[in-house]
Amino acid sequence: MNDGAVLSVKDLRVYYDTDAGTVKAVDGVSFELRPGERLGLVGESGSGKSTMALALMRLHKPPARIAGGEVLLDGVGDVMKLDDDGLRRIRLDRLALVPQGAMNSLNPVMRIRDQLADGIRTHEPGDTRDDLAERIQAQLSRVGLDSEVGGKFPHELSGGMKQRVAIAIGTSLSPSVIIADEPTSALDVVVQRQVMETLRSVQEELGASVLIVGHDMGLMAQIADRMGVMYAGKLVELAPVHDLFTNPQHPYTRLLIESVPTLMAKRALASIPGAPPTLINVPPGCPFHPRCPSAFEPCDSEVPLPTAQNGRVVSCHLYPGEAA
Amino acid sequence: MTAFLEMANVSKVFSAGIIRRQHTVAVDDVTMTIDEQSPSILAVAGESGSGKTTLARLLLGVIPPSSGEVIYRGQSVDDLSREQRRTYLREIQPIFQDPFESYNPFYKVDHVLTVPAQKFQLAATKQETTRLIHEALDMVGLQPAETLGRFPHQLSGGQRQRVMVARAMLLRPRLIVADEPVSMVDASLRATILESIRRMKQELGISVVYITHDLTTAYQIADNILVMYKGSVVEAGSVEQVIRDPKHPYTQLLVSSIPQPDPSLPWGADGEIAGDPESMEVAATGCKFVDRCPVAFEPCAGQRPLLFHEHLSRAAACFQYDKSPALEGQNLDLVFEPQLTSQAAGGSEGPAAN
Repeated sequence: MNDGAVLSVKDLRVYYDTDAGTVKAVDGVSFELRPGERLGLVGESGSGKSTMALALMRLHKPPARIAGGEVLLDGVGDVMKLDDDGLRRIRLDRLALVPQGAMNSLNPVMRIRDQLADGIRTHEPGDTRDDLAERIQAQLSRVGLDSEVGGKFPHELSGGMKQRVAIAIGTSLSPSVIIADEPTSALDVVVQRQVMETLRSVQEELGASVLIVGHDMGLMAQIADRMGVMYAGKLVELAPVHDLFTNPQHPYTRLLIESVPTLMAKRALASIPGAPPTLINVPPGCPFHPRCPSAFEPCDSEVPLPTAQNGRVVSCHLYPGEAA
Repeated sequence: MTAFLEMANVSKVFSAGIIRRQHTVAVDDVTMTIDEQSPSILAVAGESGSGKTTLARLLLGVIPPSSGEVIYRGQSVDDLSREQRRTYLREIQPIFQDPFESYNPFYKVDHVLTVPAQKFQLAATKQETTRLIHEALDMVGLQPAETLGRFPHQLSGGQRQRVMVARAMLLRPRLIVADEPVSMVDASLRATILESIRRMKQELGISVVYITHDLTTAYQIADNILVMYKGSVVEAGSVEQVIRDPKHPYTQLLVSSIPQPDPSLPWGADGEIAGDPESMEVAATGCKFVDRCPVAFEPCAGQRPLLFHEHLSRAAACFQYDKSPALEGQNLDLVFEPQLTSQAAGGSEGPAAN
């Protein structure tokens, strides 16, 4: 529907083979990432959101495997079909990851500037020493860090600073797509906002698109342009963020929004009855039907297909419509 | 009013380093009372490094204060006899953040329920123990048949945490100290746990100290709140006052930084507030927040502000409010709203000073 997509994910499936059976962590997810947009992707633990984010770059770890689908990156083709060399070339350069919990993704025995230099040198080996130093400097100041941070080791930095370093590394080669996996989940609110503002300003400066994976509905409401909701390995709804919050269509989205406490009014806290399914044993039909207050006759047998209406996509039998 | 647990000018200082000894004041001069007759939920809010977990550990008696006293039923926790300490340990129950680490993976979840039941001799017979356990599980919305007999890894994070709430409840404590009980639980299940904490107060008359970084859930379930910054109480009072209308610049920063689940609401206050609390050192004198404060003026760097009694049910440690009288004895009880149950029980109105 949109030819201008930077990244186009079609029917992506990521399965884990375990002794107990096949876990369908990502089960037929399709969406497009548009140029310059911030697409939020929320889901609870076990919904498959992080597995999918990593699989987009083929960074998923065995026993996870790509069981089907394509990930078309603008100007590159299907990332799922690239050979190792091709994959190495696009990672960081075109498709970059800002990982969850930067404290665990930085090398503890390497100075920050060397970790930044690593990626730049590998992809663009032409730089002189001075050029490289300058680029590193610029990159640090872009994320709001002093140049002296370059000479430090990760343990000398606070959580917020480490996450900024992760953004600096992820954006050092001006990628067209940034995948941010829970980039602020371990940070306090004040620092979280600072880091998110940093990510936003760098992304806008580069004109990159970003896919932000997370579980915090409030954060997504504030940062995303469009938002997707995952449940049991499926994308159940995708809509512009304002529409999603003011008029959620999928019952799961609605309940999820209602379960978020706000500062607006004290009310009885709503929760969604039941628990998310284990992905080995996903209920037949719509995976949400056992917990769904609006479930009706087809829900326990037929898997609802995504339907498109007014720029949004929803997978629910309540909304029969044109197939997306 | 019967003081169940009191903190009288309690401070905790941690020291580290051999040659250049560094002192960190994790809790700085806190005075408050947890009353037995009018159970309430008190939120202790702050970011990492604020001292909120240290405060919890002091209440639980896990660490001793550096100065001041923690007083349990009129007696310093240090001086309790063996028998009294046993009661103290039963009457104050913790709920921890991580529902994974609280379990031994080799035992069934029943273990965390049956062992305390035996140790504290809650019931005379096995049937009676089972009945109590079932009752506690019901209270947190778990089906005993689907919960007991399973190993921790067979339950979801939310279920594991609810078993922990049931365990705390089982012991019929007077106070539950819950340290970030829902921060690792998914949104759709969070409400259930918070609701069961609220029911503990309402139905069982158990007071709760709810330690959290999340002002939104604090607002939803707590009656009163104290906000900590680098070990000091910067603002305290009823949640309506402190969260809906924060007065201390730090509380204002915290509240405005909460991303609201509504795209039409703004995120953050005007003007960027610089500073990363984790990497900033505290000035030896003056307000601890002075370096980050957008409204700092002359007195702020010179001396540490007292808590000023700015409103009937709020005190703020900020020189902007020094026209108000200093909070008497810096006793937080004076700003905490009394609970309705105390009036129903015919108790005197208002939180009497101990």
